[in-house]
Amino acid sequence: MKKKRGYFGEYGGRFVPETLIPALEELDRAFREIGKDKEFRKEFSELLRDYVGRPTPLYYAARLTEHLGGAKIYLKREDLTHTGAHKINNALGQALLAKRMGKKRLIAETGAGQHGVATATGAAFAGLKCEIYMGSEDMKRQALNVFRMRLLGAEVREVPIGSRTLKDAINEALRDWTTNVKTTHYVLGTVFGPHPFPTIVREFQSVIGKEARGQILRKEGRLPDYLIACVGGGSNAIGLFSGFLKDDVKMIGVEAGGLGIRSGKHAARFAGGSVGIFQGCRSYLLQDRDGNVLGTHSVSAGLDYASVGPEHAFLHDRGRVKYTYATDREALRAFELLSRFEGIIPALESAHAISEAVKLAPTLSKKQIIIVNLSGRGDKDVAHVARIRGIGDLL
Amino acid sequence: MNRIEERFRRLRQEGGKAFIPYIMAGDPSLRVTEDLFRMLSRKGADIIELGVPFSDPLADGPTIQAAAERALSGGTTLRKVIGLVKRLRKSGEETPVVLMTYMNPVHAYGIERFMKDASSAGVDGLIIPDLPPDEGRTLRDIARQRDISTIFLLAPTSTPGRIGLVASASSGFIYYVSITGITGSSLRVSSEMKKMVGRIRKKTDKPVCVGFGVKTPGDAAAISAFSDGVIVGSSIVKMAHEKPGKLPGYIRSLRRAIPSGEGGL
Repeated sequence: MKKKRGYFGEYGGRFVPETLIPALEELDRAFREIGKDKEFRKEFSELLRDYVGRPTPLYYAARLTEHLGGAKIYLKREDLTHTGAHKINNALGQALLAKRMGKKRLIAETGAGQHGVATATGAAFAGLKCEIYMGSEDMKRQALNVFRMRLLGAEVREVPIGSRTLKDAINEALRDWTTNVKTTHYVLGTVFGPHPFPTIVREFQSVIGKEARGQILRKEGRLPDYLIACVGGGSNAIGLFSGFLKDDVKMIGVEAGGLGIRSGKHAARFAGGSVGIFQGCRSYLLQDRDGNVLGTHSVSAGLDYASVGPEHAFLHDRGRVKYTYATDREALRAFELLSRFEGIIPALESAHAISEAVKLAPTLSKKQIIIVNLSGRGDKDVAHVARIRGIGDLL
Repeated sequence: MNRIEERFRRLRQEGGKAFIPYIMAGDPSLRVTEDLFRMLSRKGADIIELGVPFSDPLADGPTIQAAAERALSGGTTLRKVIGLVKRLRKSGEETPVVLMTYMNPVHAYGIERFMKDASSAGVDGLIIPDLPPDEGRTLRDIARQRDISTIFLLAPTSTPGRIGLVASASSGFIYYVSITGITGSSLRVSSEMKKMVGRIRKKTDKPVCVGFGVKTPGDAAAISAFSDGVIVGSSIVKMAHEKPGKLPGYIRSLRRAIPSGEGGL
């Protein structure tokens, strides 16, 4: 499938300053070593069980299914992991990897704050120093997670430049890494950036798909018809999809439609973008005709990003995964719907995936099966949604 | 032989070292950049680096980030920067020009079309900080056909393998990044730096110039003693923005600190 090393078809690569290249090569070597190291794998899988709380359940959402009157909906409950989102799978893996490489300090970017919290947790677990970069705009809408990171002993660095969201936090994290590369490991949180990050993050998240595949076979005796996951950078989606790529299973990635594609205020890279080179790799990108990166908008900080993982670009072009989007309004409706019908408050990111299931399920027969990746829980979003709904500032 | 190679040939003959100032094109307007260029050229710059503003300059520190923001808000684009070079050349400016741009503006322009337009405008070289040579093969081949130098970077973290690769891929000169960091960071001229430049020069005859964080004439003099040239960026950009009246004097002091060879000023 991969022709050139570090590439998914024509997407991916390693577009970073020369200063970082030796660190990426070192990381690539260390990562390949742990792949062969039985001891490390055993230790890590024990941690996934005892510390992260895996396997996460595959839950049949009976009331939601009944309400929609179509296909059976299963939820892969990544929201039940320690720290409340799939991000911990990768952050803990990279924290252990960094410690093994002799690094003393972890840095990370965060949008919704879930990856920041997961990295701060990994750092506390491994006994490493930790600094998290976060855009000022995101710090405002995800205040709870800022406090959680600080509680976990991490420093949260505000990024008040550019659009003050995820992309600016990544720029700052890359600048920090360029400066402190000898002592520091950059825990990139999604299947993005320069090689080998898209591959490393995919590997650490692939546990989602492996579990889900076994679980649905046990429960239903067959594979699902559809998989649905939200796509910011795309790590939870790749995690789920990777377990089914060779199967006859349809897959849908849901981007942030924001206020609608025509408004220009969205983060739907496939619907509204074109191929570009940004923050380390070649992929789809929201850019103007001169190649400058456009501002994005989404109610969900974790999907509010101008580019998308290179493997998604590849899967998109091959037609293996269909990409669509949910608007802010649709996501908010799904957020409330799942809360009321299932007693599960989803992260606003995951609510985009739920929204697609709400559209799709009624068009399918009751025999068909959909698995939705419920990538995170919504506690962090409650105050933000309350503000949007005019209930006032809860925090 | 393009203007850059010609300049280094002459400097080597005369025992001079290259003074390479950097300015951000379009900060605050292309009009001002044009005047600055002429001033730098008059005051003895050997090569002038023109920064192309980009929305997400991840190799740059706060000074150049802010300059890029100003240039972008004034509507500066890669296309307009090429237009500026064309005007300068038409008016008889012969100082070699290197564009420093991130990869995406070039990608959006189209690599082939960009090289054609840049070459016919009179651009001599390219520095693309987020394009290591491993990713730059196509670009390099097209640049070579147009006689545009591709200047790749080395850093304190570079391994012997990387030094070999970057040295063979570079043309015009090799850009040694003085520090592990971003532009405008503070610099301490060290024996380590001198050793690295020595290591690079052992692998290649191509000129090795040093930049990132060079600020004082003292830094410039010390670095020119063991390299082929000195690149000064952030501190010029900062002064051009904050105290433009003092800039000509500062440029003069840098020029004096870097030996210009017998045929020089």
